[in-house]
Amino acid sequence: MTVQDTSAPTETVRLDRVKPARRLRGRQLWLAALAGLVLLSLVRVITNANDITSTGTLGATIALGMPIALAGLGGLWSERSGVVNIGLEGMMILGTFFGADFAYFTHSPWMGVVGGIVGGFIGGIVHAVATVTFGVDQIVSGVAITILATGLARYLAGVFFTGQPGGGPTQSPSIPQFTQLRVPALDSFFGRIENHHWFLISDIAGLLRGLVTTLTPFTIVMALLFPLTWFLLWRTAFGLQLRSCGENPTAAETLGVGVYSRKYVAVIVSGILAGLGGAFLADFAGIYREGQTGGRGFIGLAAMIFGNWRPGGLVAGAGLFGYTDAVQSRGGAKSVHALLLLVAIIVLLVGLYALWRRRLATGSLAVVIAILVFIWYLLTKDVPIELVTYTPQIITLLVLALATQRLRPPAADGIPWRKGQGA
Amino acid sequence: MRDRLNRLALNIVAALLAALFAGAVTSLILWLRGDSPSFVISQMWHYGTQPSSEVTILNSATVYYLSALAVAIGFRMNLFNIGVDGQYRLAAMLAGAFGGAVALPNGLHQIAIIVVAMLVGASWAGLVAVLKVTRGVSEVISSIMLNFIATGLIAYLMRPTILGHRSGANDITTEPIPKSGQVPGVNLISSAGTKVYGLIFLAIGMGVLFHIVVNHTRFGFDLRATGRSSSAAQTSGVSVKKMIVITLLLSGAMAGLVGMPALLGDSHSYSSITFQTGLGFTGIAIALLGRNNPVGIAFAAVLWAFLDQSAQILDINNIPKEIVQITQGVVVLSVVIAYELVRRAALARQQRRVGRALAAPAPGMEGAPA
Repeated sequence: MTVQDTSAPTETVRLDRVKPARRLRGRQLWLAALAGLVLLSLVRVITNANDITSTGTLGATIALGMPIALAGLGGLWSERSGVVNIGLEGMMILGTFFGADFAYFTHSPWMGVVGGIVGGFIGGIVHAVATVTFGVDQIVSGVAITILATGLARYLAGVFFTGQPGGGPTQSPSIPQFTQLRVPALDSFFGRIENHHWFLISDIAGLLRGLVTTLTPFTIVMALLFPLTWFLLWRTAFGLQLRSCGENPTAAETLGVGVYSRKYVAVIVSGILAGLGGAFLADFAGIYREGQTGGRGFIGLAAMIFGNWRPGGLVAGAGLFGYTDAVQSRGGAKSVHALLLLVAIIVLLVGLYALWRRRLATGSLAVVIAILVFIWYLLTKDVPIELVTYTPQIITLLVLALATQRLRPPAADGIPWRKGQGA
Repeated sequence: MRDRLNRLALNIVAALLAALFAGAVTSLILWLRGDSPSFVISQMWHYGTQPSSEVTILNSATVYYLSALAVAIGFRMNLFNIGVDGQYRLAAMLAGAFGGAVALPNGLHQIAIIVVAMLVGASWAGLVAVLKVTRGVSEVISSIMLNFIATGLIAYLMRPTILGHRSGANDITTEPIPKSGQVPGVNLISSAGTKVYGLIFLAIGMGVLFHIVVNHTRFGFDLRATGRSSSAAQTSGVSVKKMIVITLLLSGAMAGLVGMPALLGDSHSYSSITFQTGLGFTGIAIALLGRNNPVGIAFAAVLWAFLDQSAQILDINNIPKEIVQITQGVVVLSVVIAYELVRRAALARQQRRVGRALAAPAPGMEGAPA
């Protein structure tokens, strides 16, 4: 998402200042992950909220984070080619409906995956026609697609699910789901360690147990799409061409790249990925329900921005949102209260680091937020449950407030482009 | 002048073509299910033009109109206030609670409630503005997130121990607003038996105000200039940051009004059932349909409300009434495409004319457009 006005500080960021801070590689990434785990484990021991690293929470993180990550990946494809896609939410809605519809009427969860692809494809192609061929404002088109998709899903649900057992205009009958792949020996082994609640060791066991007990074939196939995207976009000629359309389409055109066709491919793939995210949601819940996406398409977009328009960062962002969502939906107010402490510590560290780097504004803002959150943690026993539901959204806002200035969107993101306009 | 008229005519034709296209798509979908499009249309027309329907249509259109105006203020400056939805609900809730809690003389009471609503809407939008100008956060994302957070905040504040009021077995509303704070309906359509919101006149007034401020003031000029090119505006001495803040505050204040016709004219208290989510998105669609123009938006709002109301008859005939949502979605999408095509055509024509004028010897310059 670009902001096309001169006042936004985003545009004044110079590349050379961003690069070293942003790109964590190999060992650093593992260190960061380990540090996060230690911190989490520490918070668990202090607050005694054992659920924040339990197997169930991790399982739920994967289930809740995957649709967000898929929507974000969709956003990545589209925005890397220079097309902002705020219609992800609508494409996801189509994915939930078609996914459930196909799975129900064919009695096969795999056909649900196909349904998700079909639904997302429909949304993607409409967005591509409107924005690439006709050059309509991309945000306008995205909003319109979301409105259209909401209506279409409602109408079709009324047509297809009315009269089916338990189905109607607002929900489908229960649909066939993927079964979880279990490795019983590892399950019980990790389970025993986890129940001791040892510092760090039990947390790692809970994590691994979550991995070996909650995966479905669908999850695994979807997880492969992330490295695949990275490879296609960053290691092939096609990917370079696609990304060049998002940076400088006129230059790409000069070199003989078919800008329209690249953008079409990108936006359609974007729709398909969002649709798969929708199908994943329907499969996990075992039912299509109106409003099931609950804004996950938008959160996916935020995860992509958080991840600085890169697949790795996006997965981290989606993981963060999936995790907070998992914690709030399983542990409720108590677990989220424990997370307050974690947030306070992390924001404080970020703030101190920023101060050390002499970025005074960001640093002092972060320190103030950290202190406020810490006071909140000390003064209360739990967090209002009504607000807990919206933890991911609050975190999104917080993260964007702290990090936006260091992000670098594709240079031509969001700007309509016409063939031959550079001539 | 002739040029502007031509442009207007082209835009109207474009809107009509988009409506025809949407009608065709809808007919196709109906036909695929085996329903007769002409039967559906005649049913809808018959039901939608009855006096009682007309009152409902005017009432919904009033609300839609205010919502679309709130969005349009931002659009004029290329700002996407997708947060109208959260702003309007939070404003309606807090203004409702305020109106139920204070005792003021008739006249002052209504004004106070409306002012509170505008202030709440403006402050919620102000968060978006602050994040944008100080932290560079895109208003699209932040306002979407704030919509969700508003829902949570309202649910929290509506606890019976805080601002909620148990009015029935399961109904939680705010304290009802006494008679002194209500706005009675007006009898515009006498045979209907129901009344039109009194605040329909507020909506009309806001439309006039919108036109004057945007088209006939220095602020409006800066607003439009910033919308066309923020860098050009900046160079000519406009403080773009200040414009962003003011515009979002105005947009939020207008969003605060969205809930007022129903709150003061009908329900007299806030409940999440009466004040549903999605009105902000409807406002976006209507603003797009009406080209961010107060007159255009009025037509669009009435059309939208007509489709909503007349579709109510369809369920009785066993046709999912959600079909009109498809019509609405297609009409918005096709209308923005049509407007873009008109813009391109006008641009190409202008370029040709300039080209001709430049190619001709000097006296030919009179024909060049301004």
